[in-house]
Amino acid sequence: MRIAYYPGCSLEGSSREYNESLEAIAPLLGWELIEVPDWNCCGASAAHSLNHELALALPARVLALAEKAGFEEVLVPCSACFTRLAAARHALSKDRALAARICELIELDCTGTTKVVSVLELLGRAASDGLAGLVRQPFACKVACYYGCFLTRPAELAVCRRQEDPQEMEELLRVIDAEPIRWAFKVECCGAGLSVARVDSVAELSGRIVEDAVRRGAEAIIVACPMCHTNLDLRRDAICRRRQTEFSIPVLYVTQAVGLALGLSPRRLGLHRHNVPVRLPAREKPEPVRES
Amino acid sequence: MAAGAHTAVRTDNLASELKAATGQSVFDCYQCGKCTAGCPLASQMDFMPHQILRLLQHAEKHTDEQALRSFSIWLCVGCQTCVSRCPQEVDLPKVMDYLRERSHQRRLAHPAARDILAFHEAFLASIRRHGRLHEVGLIASYKFRTGHFLQDVATAPKLLARGKLRLLAQSCPGKKAVARIFERTQPAREPSA
Repeated sequence: MRIAYYPGCSLEGSSREYNESLEAIAPLLGWELIEVPDWNCCGASAAHSLNHELALALPARVLALAEKAGFEEVLVPCSACFTRLAAARHALSKDRALAARICELIELDCTGTTKVVSVLELLGRAASDGLAGLVRQPFACKVACYYGCFLTRPAELAVCRRQEDPQEMEELLRVIDAEPIRWAFKVECCGAGLSVARVDSVAELSGRIVEDAVRRGAEAIIVACPMCHTNLDLRRDAICRRRQTEFSIPVLYVTQAVGLALGLSPRRLGLHRHNVPVRLPAREKPEPVRES
Repeated sequence: MAAGAHTAVRTDNLASELKAATGQSVFDCYQCGKCTAGCPLASQMDFMPHQILRLLQHAEKHTDEQALRSFSIWLCVGCQTCVSRCPQEVDLPKVMDYLRERSHQRRLAHPAARDILAFHEAFLASIRRHGRLHEVGLIASYKFRTGHFLQDVATAPKLLARGKLRLLAQSCPGKKAVARIFERTQPAREPSA
């Protein structure tokens, strides 16, 4: 399957392991990722905080470029980028005058034919399309599936069906033999874009998330967003200081968990790039009997 | 005074502007407080989310200004929890976006929001220049704008060692087209006092 790919800025820098792990698993799952030519930044929270039109025009330009290249779908791994692109597409589809104005701004046509797809959605398709048969190394680990905000909210853009207790990531991780825990913070906010300007706020919000995952016996937190990863992993020192406890639970991208299950090496998946060392419990597990 | 003047609908307030610009009516809110109950940042705010809506419902000059001068509007990260749970479907994140933009234009931003605003501005300046965000440039520019030179000095070497810092900016080929979008959407700001 050929699909347009919008990596977004973090995946080129501070979250490059998300990109690396995605590009590593893609061929094994039969995905051919074609980068959107000349893509630009989606504007993130900075644009919608200060300039409404800019917040629509920047993602609309990306949609227009993917559309121009003839793609029906564009894969957007970062949840924050996902929500900006999906929100722009939604706003333009509802208001023709606005769409005309935005097209003028970006000097391109954007009719909204290209659909925005998240990694979770694409992996969900793989799960119902024989992912289980590709598992070479069961990911036998108790996991806290962390969705954060933008996979579940707002409702009109949501990837997940249930807003307060989504199950899509749990269903996927069971396919690779993980054991998802039940916990209370899966859709709570990590502090998002306050990561630099308000480290204390982030340490408080992300601290509650990490603490609940640990308290309920999780051995790894699984995420699908570079911002969530930054706040739970890179800001771990601030979290531990604020909660006055040592938390050593690693935070993995969902693509890394799937990659390990597919038998890829930790290095290939960029696990060495995390702030919190990724040590997963080694477990003997008999090869599960699979129903065909 | 002309007859009925006291009942004429006033439009010189934020509630009316907001309705015209975003379609959101603050008068849909009946102050149940569910937005505040679920807001992850409410405990750090000066006005609770439902109180921001209440200020706008008054539609007076001084209450409008209180909303624009509040710290809360800058602390909101747009997590969408409030609107997901609002029985009246008031899109509070959209209201917050609108208030931030107005507050910035009128130079009324809360002094404690200085760092948050500096971050947003540094972020946009980076995209305007390169078409994409250059993270190292963003942090350097943020430090320059805020004077927080020592923040994260311990983090940077770790990131560098793990190959996560891209020292040189990667521009997108169409960065001039992106810069033109910025020029065309640049909102007018009131001159600084």
